[in-house]
Amino acid sequence: MLYEAIRLALQAILRNMFRSFLTVLGIVIGVAAVIAMVTVGQGSTDQVEADVSTLGTNLLMIRPGQPSQGPGSGVGGTAASLTLKDVDAIEEQIPSVMVATPSNSRAMTVIFGNVNYSTTVTGTDTRFLTARDWPLESGRAFYESELRTGSSACILGNTVKTKLFGGSDPLGASIRLKQISCRVIGVLEAKGASSFGTDQDDIVLVPIRAFQRRIAGNQDVSMIFASIRNGISTDKAKADIERLMRERRRIGPFEEDDFNVFDMKQISSMLTGITSVLTGLLSAVAAVSLLVGGIGIMNIMLVSVTERTREIGIRLAVGATEGQVLLQFLVESIVLSLIGGLIGIMLGLALGLLGSRLLSIPFAPNPSLILAAFLFSAMVGIVFGYFPALRAARMDPIEALRHQ
Amino acid sequence: MTAESTSATAAGPGALPASRDAPLISLRQITKIYGSGDAEVRALRGIDLDILGGEFVAIMGPSGSGKSTAMNILGFLDKPSGGTYSFGGAEVDHLSRDQLALLRRNFLGFVFQGYNLLARTSALDNVELPLIYQGMARTQRRRLALEALAKVGLKGREDHDPSQLSGGQQQRVAIARAIVTNPDVILADEPTGNLDTARSHEIMDLLTELNRKDGITILMVTHEPDMAEYADRLIHFLDGRIASDASAEKAAPDAL
Repeated sequence: MLYEAIRLALQAILRNMFRSFLTVLGIVIGVAAVIAMVTVGQGSTDQVEADVSTLGTNLLMIRPGQPSQGPGSGVGGTAASLTLKDVDAIEEQIPSVMVATPSNSRAMTVIFGNVNYSTTVTGTDTRFLTARDWPLESGRAFYESELRTGSSACILGNTVKTKLFGGSDPLGASIRLKQISCRVIGVLEAKGASSFGTDQDDIVLVPIRAFQRRIAGNQDVSMIFASIRNGISTDKAKADIERLMRERRRIGPFEEDDFNVFDMKQISSMLTGITSVLTGLLSAVAAVSLLVGGIGIMNIMLVSVTERTREIGIRLAVGATEGQVLLQFLVESIVLSLIGGLIGIMLGLALGLLGSRLLSIPFAPNPSLILAAFLFSAMVGIVFGYFPALRAARMDPIEALRHQ
Repeated sequence: MTAESTSATAAGPGALPASRDAPLISLRQITKIYGSGDAEVRALRGIDLDILGGEFVAIMGPSGSGKSTAMNILGFLDKPSGGTYSFGGAEVDHLSRDQLALLRRNFLGFVFQGYNLLARTSALDNVELPLIYQGMARTQRRRLALEALAKVGLKGREDHDPSQLSGGQQQRVAIARAIVTNPDVILADEPTGNLDTARSHEIMDLLTELNRKDGITILMVTHEPDMAEYADRLIHFLDGRIASDASAEKAAPDAL
């Protein structure tokens, strides 16, 4: 009987192909929107997590400023800057820290020959490569002597290399940063785009002292990266660093910190949070679309029941029970909304794939979500198909047969 | 004699055994009232009627005489307002909608003036319809439907849609649908109303054959005296009552 009902439902649906398509459009759009949104959202979350692991999950960032300020905010106005001594102190006095490295950055134009390229110049030292777990593609790291004297040597990120030199070898070439000219001694391996929307390879490294003296014109360190030893919790290391920094910066027991220690996980969870809020909002819109789609199905089923009054009369006359007629129309609306759901799932996956490609994030379809979308569309069919089906089942066979 | 013996074997599943003497259908003081108060319409005002298994009964009467109401009640499509209706010895006037549906499914077949076939559905599928509701397996259903179509002379047209068939052929499909469940009774509501004379006589011959050979009781409403002549009993309705019941064994046609 159920098999017959499904067969009949498919017949009825195919008979009115175009109308059936319009009927399920609401479901299709709703399901497709949810699937696409969540797929892209999941992909970007995955991407953030992957990025965080390329940055190093065991990386802490120390910046001057009030704790209330997020990692993206500028250096706190009144807070004293960090120093190179802080970097050494963190590395030497805190056992859980493997390496600490300064990192001062500034947007600058680099020039080679007649090519101008705007990039980020970061003053740091050799430990940066260890902390960021970022090997060299070619060339070498800074010599101790270069770091000490702040001589003009620079290491290029992969994007900068390509922009300035194209395919040719940049090692030994001289590029200009502002007024200073510096010799290219190495090239970093490509890291790819980060979830922060920036190209990590769009970078030029110079010795920190060179940066301070020739570019910034002061002795400040605006940020310290500290890499934690394996097996030690970031919370523990964070607490150690905070204690040391409070001591070094002479902060009284009841005073607030005037510096921040960020954990990459914190940053990633913040970004993931934004993604999930967005996904949630769009899913709510999609849910409304599904509701509207369900009402559309109910509307068409009511029209269909009225149109097929005579057919219902015939079925009742040859001995269909109320339950059998109810089942037939209920199955029809379920099949209708399931077809809508399936088309929606496929469309949503296609859109999700397209979106993932465009944003260059991983394509992350969620099987349980797909199953949920499928079941949800069946439920829409049951809920919104029940009333029209009941109306069909309760028809008076005599009236129905008389209906023209 | 042949009529009675075959009607026993031809009875549908769980057939009620109709004994030789007891009528298959028995109406006692059946009334039907529509509406209430001033709008009250008394469609049937006390019908007493016995129909034996194997009879071929024609029902005539002007519009509003109550014959359609009586047919609806006889066909379990409607319930009487009063009186008792016994079918095969069992009282059926207070059964539920679904119980009446089961009676229709198992013991009755309907033939309508307007054929009432499902559109865009093949002849075979139309004939299978009552068997689907009986829950019969597909292969058996198919076999019985093919047999029924062959019996009404539509062998080779099983895959035709109603729109591809003539009126006479459509009515044959409807008859096949009525007999596919091996019913005790066929209720025919002006079965030839939409057909030309030649086609009408073919349909009547077919119904007569089903009555004679298979012992199926036939109750037929008609406006045409020509068609009523095929029956061996003629009942006239007037103003919600039976005006005449000529059980004459073809007396009237012979006399003419």
